[in-house]
Amino acid sequence: MKKAFWLAGAMALALAQPATAADSVKIGFVSTFSGPTAVIGNDMRNSFELALDHLGRKIDGKPVEVIYEDDQQKPDVGKQKTEKLVQSDKVDFIVGYIWSNVLLASLKTAVDSKTFLISANAGPSQLAGELCSPYVFSTSWQNDQTPAAMGLYMNQKGVKSVFLIGPNYAAGKDMLAGVKSTFKGEVVGEEYTVWPSQLDFSAELTKARNSKAESIFVFYPGAAGVQFLNQYAQAGIKAQIPLYTAFTVDELSLPLQKDNAIGIPGAQEWVNDLPNAENKKFVEDYHKKYPGLRPTYYGAQAYDAAQLINSAVIAVKGDLTKKDAMKAEMEKANFKSLRGPFKYGNNHIPIQNFYLQDVVKDADGQLSLKTVATIVKDDQDKFHDKCSMK
Amino acid sequence: MYLVVEQLLNGLQFGLLLFLLAAGLTLVFGIMDFVNLAHGSLYMMGAYFAATFVAKTDSFVLGTLLALGATLLLGIVLEYVALRHLYGRDHLDQVLATFGLILFFNDAVRLIWGPAGLALPLPAWLTVPVQIIPGVYYPAYRLTIIVVALAVAAMLYLVVMRTRVGMLIRAGASNREMIGALGINIKLLFTLVFGLGAALAGLAGLMQAPILTVQIGMGENILILAFVIIVIGGIGSIRGAFMAALFVGIIDTMGRAFLPDLLRKVLSGAAASTAAPALSSMLIYLLMAIILVLRPEGLFPAAKR
Repeated sequence: MKKAFWLAGAMALALAQPATAADSVKIGFVSTFSGPTAVIGNDMRNSFELALDHLGRKIDGKPVEVIYEDDQQKPDVGKQKTEKLVQSDKVDFIVGYIWSNVLLASLKTAVDSKTFLISANAGPSQLAGELCSPYVFSTSWQNDQTPAAMGLYMNQKGVKSVFLIGPNYAAGKDMLAGVKSTFKGEVVGEEYTVWPSQLDFSAELTKARNSKAESIFVFYPGAAGVQFLNQYAQAGIKAQIPLYTAFTVDELSLPLQKDNAIGIPGAQEWVNDLPNAENKKFVEDYHKKYPGLRPTYYGAQAYDAAQLINSAVIAVKGDLTKKDAMKAEMEKANFKSLRGPFKYGNNHIPIQNFYLQDVVKDADGQLSLKTVATIVKDDQDKFHDKCSMK
Repeated sequence: MYLVVEQLLNGLQFGLLLFLLAAGLTLVFGIMDFVNLAHGSLYMMGAYFAATFVAKTDSFVLGTLLALGATLLLGIVLEYVALRHLYGRDHLDQVLATFGLILFFNDAVRLIWGPAGLALPLPAWLTVPVQIIPGVYYPAYRLTIIVVALAVAAMLYLVVMRTRVGMLIRAGASNREMIGALGINIKLLFTLVFGLGAALAGLAGLMQAPILTVQIGMGENILILAFVIIVIGGIGSIRGAFMAALFVGIIDTMGRAFLPDLLRKVLSGAAASTAAPALSSMLIYLLMAIILVLRPEGLFPAAKR
């Protein structure tokens, strides 16, 4: 009885101790693990777990505890889960966020509590500009950057006019704005579709064909990308009007898109065949750990997020209360990113290269993505001037 | 002008597809007085069966026919094993039970086929655009959907209006107790009707599959539209479901097609392109609200009880 009393007392003491003396690094991971886009969240989790394996499951000698939370691709749910991680789990870092609208809803909770938030995918323009924060970092990109690179490529190809189609939410608007910021030809039409419920794009495709535009640009992540390409090919438009994309063809959608994706260029900051040593190891070990699955840029970004956290914790020798020192270390981007060159701008958004990717059939007849060219080097997002951090 | 024709066809195709889904729902709801939220799951199962059988048999037509049979069978088994016991309960119990079935089917699919979804590729002869009038091309597959759905609608009309079974179905819709009292095997009739509804949902799912992807939960969003349609058309009325489905399909498509341009005339470009998709997705609900105010029974109510 007495023993139990002392044990209870010791436990109460242990619980009452401040987070500083905690002997583990607590990471909250918010992504989509249910519904049609769960494959994306699973890939991010797989790659994050692989990164932890590579770190020996320890950061600066401390065990790592990761709490995965499902945002169901809904902003309100994402916000709730973020609040739970911050307020009751008291995590040291929050990682994840596929969707810009989910991130925007969750942002304030993290920033107000001074918890470091690392976006491993979503890059809404607000995050790079007026809503930038010392506690928020990105290991992905600002939404406009990737389509802006695609716009540059379209200029190189001498495309004269384009019809834009995208989903009606934060990222969709950024993406279409991104193409428009660099594309020098004429934008003959711009259509937004209801997100994420609209899956039939017949009305939009009909308009695109009738607009007599020379090209079509779309942004449809996840399963919507499969559906769009199906309908684009079935309507016979593939033979008439070339398609340019951002985040529409990836390793997750490719097995479903099949031949429909052949010949459709995309811009991306990471492709599985990037030649640096870290990336080769990542791709190889991913295949070993998850047979039958293929790593994606979502995963590569989550992997980089783990490395970024690792660098920050090591820099303060595990004292997670030294937030300023951790921030300063993270700003140096002192880790080897899977995508190669990687440094931070004043707004904590990466300055990085964007590549042109194409779909090819590999040796065993499987479709895969391949880097064709570097479209732009050391690209910085165009909102960094609006960020108050200098 | 061609643009309008093409968009009308898009609307017609979407509407007919919705009809297939709504027809089963309205039959089950109207005749059996049974709320079946799991109707969308049968739609999903139709698509999964088709993707599986087409891959196994290497033939699109054979695969989809097998899938149709499989969904019919699944519907009958489902009715016999589970739903039959719920007829006497009130609607809330039925909603709860069939919502449980949605979860059951979603997880069963995750277990059997995995979370990633499947593709149902079309045979080459269905992927070419067809010239319908000079200068207007339309995807062959969407035309096929229109033709098949119209044929099914015609068949359904003949069965319901011209056959003995149809007579019983109509009688069941107007007064269930009475046809039971007249010595009709109502249990068998209900099983038949439910199986028919399941097959129609499966047909909608498998025809939609090549356009979309075959994935978990694919029947949930579209089921809401199906409910809107049976409310607009009048519960239990096949004719009402048909007309309402066409209205909804065409209004939804025309809204998406022309509303942005109309709005751009009055609003700034950015505001218009943001507001248009939101507004066009509201149109059908507006239609439903207006019809409910003017004709609370729906456009073509089944004969009074």
